[in-house]
Order: sequence, then C-alpha cells, then structure tokens
Amino acid sequence: MQKFLNKQTVITSLILCALYLLVQISVVFDLLNPFYTLNIILIGINIILAVSLSLIIGFTGQLAIGHAGFMAVGAYTSSILTVKLGQPFPLAILAGSVAAAIIGFVIGLPTLRLKGDYLAIATLGFGEIIKVLLINFEYVGGASGFHGIPHITSWSWVFFLALFTVIFIKNFINSTHGRACISVREDEIAAETMGINTTKYKVMAFTIGAFFAGTAGALFAHYFYILQPNNFGFLRSVDYLVMVVFGGLGSISGSILAAIVLTIINAALQSVAELRMIFFSVLLIAIMIFRPQGLMGNKEFSLQFFNRLLRGGKQRDLAQGK
Amino acid sequence: MEHLHTFLQQVINGVSLGSIYALIALGYTMVYGIIKLINFAHGDIYMVGAYIGFFAITKLNMTFIPALVTAMVFCAVLGIIIERVAYKPLRNSTRIAALITAIGVSLFLEYTGMLIVTPQPRAFPDVIPQTKFNFFSGSVYITNQQAVIFIVAVVLMFLLQYIVYKTKIGKAMRAVSYDKDTALLMGVNVNTTISATFAIGSSLAAAAGILVGIYYTSISPLMGIVPGLKAFVAAVLGGIGSIPGAAVGGLLMGVIEAMVSGYWSSTLRDAVAFGILILILIIRPSGIFGSNVREKV
Amino acid sequence: MKSNKIIALILALAFLLTVMAGCTPKPAAPKEIPVGANFELSGNVATFGVSIMNAIEMAISEINAAGGVLGLPIKLVKGDNKSDAAESTSVATKLVTQDKVIALIGPVTSTNVLAASPVATQYKIPLLTPTGTAYKVTVDDSEKTKDFIFRNCFIDPFQGLVGANFCLNTLEAKTAAIFEEKNSDYAKGLCAVFEENFTAKGGKIVSKEAFVTEDRDFRATLTKIIATKPDVLYVPSYYEQDGLIAKQARELGYTKPIVGADGWDSGKLLEIAGAKALQNVFFTNHYSPFSTDPKVVKFVNDYKTKYGSVPDALAALGYDAAYLMADAIKRAGAADPVKIKDALASTKGFVGVTGTITMDDKHNPIKSAVILSFDKDGNQIFVESVNP
Repeated sequence: MQKFLNKQTVITSLILCALYLLVQISVVFDLLNPFYTLNIILIGINIILAVSLSLIIGFTGQLAIGHAGFMAVGAYTSSILTVKLGQPFPLAILAGSVAAAIIGFVIGLPTLRLKGDYLAIATLGFGEIIKVLLINFEYVGGASGFHGIPHITSWSWVFFLALFTVIFIKNFINSTHGRACISVREDEIAAETMGINTTKYKVMAFTIGAFFAGTAGALFAHYFYILQPNNFGFLRSVDYLVMVVFGGLGSISGSILAAIVLTIINAALQSVAELRMIFFSVLLIAIMIFRPQGLMGNKEFSLQFFNRLLRGGKQRDLAQGK
Repeated sequence: MEHLHTFLQQVINGVSLGSIYALIALGYTMVYGIIKLINFAHGDIYMVGAYIGFFAITKLNMTFIPALVTAMVFCAVLGIIIERVAYKPLRNSTRIAALITAIGVSLFLEYTGMLIVTPQPRAFPDVIPQTKFNFFSGSVYITNQQAVIFIVAVVLMFLLQYIVYKTKIGKAMRAVSYDKDTALLMGVNVNTTISATFAIGSSLAAAAGILVGIYYTSISPLMGIVPGLKAFVAAVLGGIGSIPGAAVGGLLMGVIEAMVSGYWSSTLRDAVAFGILILILIIRPSGIFGSNVREKV
Repeated sequence: MKSNKIIALILALAFLLTVMAGCTPKPAAPKEIPVGANFELSGNVATFGVSIMNAIEMAISEINAAGGVLGLPIKLVKGDNKSDAAESTSVATKLVTQDKVIALIGPVTSTNVLAASPVATQYKIPLLTPTGTAYKVTVDDSEKTKDFIFRNCFIDPFQGLVGANFCLNTLEAKTAAIFEEKNSDYAKGLCAVFEENFTAKGGKIVSKEAFVTEDRDFRATLTKIIATKPDVLYVPSYYEQDGLIAKQARELGYTKPIVGADGWDSGKLLEIAGAKALQNVFFTNHYSPFSTDPKVVKFVNDYKTKYGSVPDALAALGYDAAYLMADAIKRAGAADPVKIKDALASTKGFVGVTGTITMDDKHNPIKSAVILSFDKDGNQIFVESVNP
C-alpha cells in the first residue's frame, strides 16, 4: 500500500480529478465553446494514438508508419457493432481494440523481421492495403463512407480511456517486457545475444500499440458521425508520427505534450490550411536536423526535472562540494 | 486469337507503364545504394520535373528535347540542394531520423507545389503527336509515345551502367556505396560523389516526369506519390542497389499491374503492388539481382 | 508515477487557458453578415474545393461591391476541411460556434456534407451545398427532409436517370458498360442509379469495371471493357479522369458513344482529351458554359479574367450557391438563420448561372438538365434539354 500512497501519486490523482471535473462540468453546463470541447476530445483521442505509436517507434525502435490503418480497423469494427449489430458502446470499443490488435499481430509477425527502412515501407504498405480493402468493402459503405454512427463519445469516455492507455503503457515500459523492448531499440543484436526473444517483444509492442490505436479509432468514429476510408491513409499516419517525433522518441510525457500542442496548432491553422502541411513538413525536417530528440528527448516529466530547471543546477554543485 | 491479342495489348500497356517505373526506380536504387536512404521525396522530384517541363513548353516555348534537358538539369540541382540541406546533416544519424526527414521533404515538395501551381491538374501539351502502329489489323497497337518512353528508358539505363562502371565518378560511387569511410580514407571526395548520385537520380526522375506528362497528358501536384511508391517496390523487387535490377523490376511491376487491371480488378492494383513488396521483403529481401548482405556485428 | 503529476499540471494549465479564451465578450451590433464556407482546400479533392471557393469569393465580392445584402457586406469566413470528414465536422463547429456565422455553404462531397450536417442541424444554421449529390444529403433515413440542409445541384437519382434515358431513347443503346470511380461517392451514386434505370427499361449492363481517382492509365481495364462490345460507355467522373478515359478508349479503337455527367464540364477537358476523342461524347449538365445567355457569358468572362481559366460546372454551382444564399438572406429580411432557412426552402424561380432554381419539398432544386456534346473542334454543343 505504501508504494501507492506516496506524495507523488496523491498529488497526481488530485490534479487529474480536478482536470476531469473541470471539463466535465463545463461540458454538462455548456460553459465551454463547443469548438473547444471538440478539440479537447480530439486531444484526448490523439494522446491515445501518440502514446500507442510511441510505444512502437519510441520505445521499441520499430519505425511503423501505418498507424492510421489500425485506427481505421478499430473505428470500422466498433461502428459495425453499434450501427449494424446494435451492441452497446463499451463492447464496441473493446471489439474495435481487439480487432485492431489482431490485425496488428497478423501484420507484425511477418513484417517485424524487417529492419529500418524496409519495415517502414512495409507498414506503410499495409496501412494502404487496409485502406484499399475498406474502399472495396461495400458492407461498410466503401468510398461513400460509413454513415449514421451514433454520437456517443463523451469527455468521460475519452478521459478515462486516455488515462488507462497512459497508465498501461507506462507500466508496460517499466516492466521487464518494457525493458526488453527498450533493449531491442538500443541494440537488437546485443539483445538477441543476451537471450531476449526480440521478435516476441517487437510483436508484443506492435500488438499493444495497435490495440490502443483501435480504441482511439472507436472513440473517433463515435464522435465524428462518419467514417471514410480515404481519411485513414498515409497522411493521417504522418500526423501521429509527427507527434511522436516532436515529443521525443522514448518519452510518454513528450508524446502527450506533442499531441496537445499539435492538435491545438492544427485547429488554429484551419484558416490558412494551405500552409498547414508546409508548416508540419518543415517542422519535421527541422526537428530531425536540429533537435532529433524532440521536445523531451527520452526524459519524462518529473519532480526532479522541474527541480533542476528551477534551481539551475545549484543542487548538483552543492552535492559535489563546490 | 482475340484473347491472345488482348493479352499482347496488356503486355504492351504494361511495358510502357513499367518503363516509367523503371526510370524512377533507377533513381531510388542509386541513392539507396550509396547512402542507404529511401528517398521518399524522389516521387515528388518526378512531379517537379513534369511541371518544369510543362512550364518550359508552355511559357518558354521550348520543344521536347530542350524541355527535357531543362527539367533534368533543374531537378538535378534540386536533388543536390535537398541532399545538402536535409540529408547531409543526418548522415551519421539513425536510419529512423533520415527516413522521417525524407518524409518531411516529400510533404514539403507536395504542398509547396500545391501552393505554387494550385491543386488543379494541368494538361501537358502535345509535343509528340500520337501516331499508332497497328498490328493484327488494329487489335494490337503501339503508339510512338510508348515507343519513345521505352527507348528513352533503355538508353538512360545503358548510359547509367556506363557511368557507373566505366567512369571515375562511377567508380567513386561504387566505392562509397561499398564502404563510405574507407572510400573517404582512400581520397574519394564523398560529398561530391553523393551529390553527383543525387543529381543523376533526380534527373532521371525528371525525365520520367516529362514522359509521363506526354503519355498521360494530365499532371497534378500529388502525381508523384503513388508512382513513387510503386517505383520503390520495383527497385526492391529487382534488388535495391542494382541498376539492371531497377530496370527489370520496373518493367515487371508495370506488366503485373497491367495484368491485374486487365484480368482482375484495377481497384486492387495498389494493394497488389504493396502485397508484392511485402512478399519480396519476406521471401527474398535482396530482390532478383541483389546479393544477400549479411549483417556484421 | 512521478511524471504523471507534471503531465496533469500541464494539462490543467492548458485547459484553464482555453477556458479563459473561450469566454468571449458579447458582440456589438453587427457590421457585416458572416457566412461560413466549409470547403476542401487541401487533401485529395482540393481541386474541387479550390475551384468552387474561387467562384464563391468572386460572387461575394460582386455582391459586396453592389452594396451587400440588407445594407451590410457579407463576410466570408473560410474553413478548410482538408477533404476529411472529421475535419468537416470540426470546421463546421468552429464556423458556427466561434465565428458565429448565420449560414454555411459547402462542403463539396456528400460524405463531408453528412459530417457537417449534424452541427448545422444542432445549432439551427442553414447549410447549402453546391455539389453534394447523394440522395441522403437532404433526407434522413426515415424519408423526412432535413430542416436545415439544402443543395443547389442535381441529385444522383435525377442525373443518373437522365443519363440512362438518354442512352436508351436517343442513343438507342441496348447494352452499356459502366466504368465507376470507386473512391468517389459522386461517381458511385450516379453509376448505381444509371444501372438501376438502364436495366429497368430493358437495357443490359455487359461490363462493370472500376478505377480509383489516382489512376492515369486506364488502358488495361478499357481493353477489357471494349472486348465486351457495349453500345455505350457510362463514365460519370471528374474531367481529369474523364478526359484520359475518353482519349485512351478512342486510342484502343472504341468509337461508340461515351456518356458522362456534369463532372465532364470543364475548359480543361479539351486540353486533356483532344477534340478527336471527344467526338460522340455526351454528358448531362446544368447549363452550357458556352451558352449565349448574357448572365453566363459575364460569369465565364469574369472568372477567366480573375483566375485565368474557364470555370467548370462546380465553379458555376458555387457561384450560384453564393448568390442564392445572398438572395435568401434578402428575402428573409434579417440575418436570422431560421428565417434564412425558411427563405431557402421557399425559393421559387431563382435565376442563376446554372439555370432557374425552385426548391422542392426535399430541399433539392427543381431545374432542367441539358445534354451536351462536342463539335469537331471540341467545342461544346447543345444536344437536348430534359425537364424533370
């Protein structure tokens, strides 16, 4: 019990509760401009996607750029359950996530034998294949889209699922499995030599990442009324890639921060849309050249981080006896 | 007999398409061979080439060959600039970093292109008026445009082989692709060699762009994405790093695509292309002509 | 768990800032009439969105130059939905709740309209789409007309029917081949209606093939289609693909009629296909841009002067949408969304560039269609007109 009731956890939980209630009250009593509500929910969904992708790219070092495909699987599967099969929302979300995870597993098994660039192209290819298959799948409307999805995603759903995602992935990273994944990122051959089944962990990370992408997809589908296969192509995958890279490969706080910042920037640039993609592409190039570790590098937000920031390193000098 | 004619026509269609993929694939394979980078932006350089050719012909009133040369030179320079600005700083970084940058450059070219020339497609002027050569009383035919594309692709491929195997710069390219650091130690100017590689690869893409403009008439800022990816698949199919491989891979991809469209469903073309990629990567990653490189620890 | 605390702090901070920014002060008396334009200005159907936006901007500046509506200028608030349905919802939400527009024009595709409609309906803002052609755009699943959604273009059931009838009656075709653009809901809708009507009256579909928007080489599939010897080839797509298809079909030796829909209408079609390929090609349209009607001539010339190219059917529809909206605001007598909605619903005899529009009870325009073809130089010629 002691482990859970330390100062950190209590303060964190209080802040999170406060945040949740703040937004919930605003939504229920209509205090917040609906455009902001829409973006807050979108931020939540993007956090799930960024963190899940971070697990694959940032922590396990596998450059997978077909994440939107998993999101699409989750979105469509959950919508089939609610619209065509009349099932309740929680079951639909679960089904969407599981379906995405299964696809992730199936795709991961053969492709994760590839390295670096080849893996990237293969995942890109699979993402596109999923899109093409959906366009040809008349049961879900094909190119005309899947209409009539109930608008049942709410702040509560998004908040708690995002929280769950972050906690789950954080705990995964800090477990032996997570450490194995990190070792795969650092030096795959060394890891293999040390007896770590690299394929197993790569596929594991991939499947978990896909699972949560499916969750996000389900939430997304049930907020935005309509799904269209064309909206889940490479460009969408790039959005999440930018978030992970911008936040820092290997930092969950970074991915969350980046998801928030980039969603807000995206909304703000709506009126100068032609420049939006140019801005993002330049951002991508600039980050890779000037600050490849992104905003947070592979550090997480923590008390010590802020202490160091505030005291400007004096603490360390004292310890060194200067 | 009709079935045979249809089949032959599909093969001809496929070879024309394949020649274009081959030209683009050559650029990919050269760049990959030398700095192990998948230049995502290559497809977009092909697009730029098409537009330069378009403006050269419509605004500067050039004819086919001058426009072709202009576009090739312009894109060669563009390729060098991109390499210097975006890829050189990352030469010693992780592959992920380089690949992400390449994606960034690709998007930049596409969307800046959209901003400059607007998303509306343009009609490429008819610089090579079409004449048909009919066989079997018209049920099979080749147009002069298709013939030009094929011939240009083959000529450029032989030219490339000559450069790589019979010239000093080609020797430098081979050296750098084999072992960059040792080549540097042996006095090869690595930077120049890499720039030259990009220049040549980009000019080939530009040529492909103009030929496509002539053959398919319409060009648009996003025209490079799909052919770029398919050409990459072609390069992998033929064995990435191998020049004959890129050419053969390109032709194969074109023919396969024509067959899929003709005998199955054209909407699944892209899925099949990617399917081929994944199969090759899993079964024989070194491709048809590539050699199996063992990873040394 | 250490990092969570700081994450939570940042989130809370960001949220507080947004809340503070969200509490906007009450607006003063209006000095202009804000109208929202929700269009695909980037993404894969940007060509359509940009074309229409140009026309709308031209229309609005003309209207404002002539004194505006109800004595006030119209302020066009643009939003780019990136050809994405979710973004469509987002843009509509922003325009309505932040920019406080009193009416919405667009989006282009039926799917994006369906994504934006719940927002329009929820906030009771009228939405007029110039090009959303799917039947379900203005009518919900129980056949009830959506109160706040309107369009000023043909609906697929009408245009597809016109095409089918033309093939059966005028061209006397017994067999047809359909070449469908698989990832366009516009083309899909038309092909479905065409097939239904053509077969209902005794015609036979001998070949049904599909392509995707990015395709440029249709020869392989066209070879397959032509081998089935159809009397007519129905291809209702946008001019870039239509032009290439016509050119390649003729190249492959197909001389029989090719029939399309209003997507064929564009000045660029001739450039892409060439006059020779356009012989024996027909398409259904709202109007002819080469008509001698002074209103049309003025529109075409102004657009050409301002944007350097001949406007296509979409641009004409966008132009009319802007004028129709202004007209509705005038008839409503106030910048009141509900009154504007009523005015739109009761539109009678509005004379636009694309024809004379009267709204029916399903918020679709009742207007006649024309069938156009091409003379030997590739100029559009009038063939016949069809009344609903």
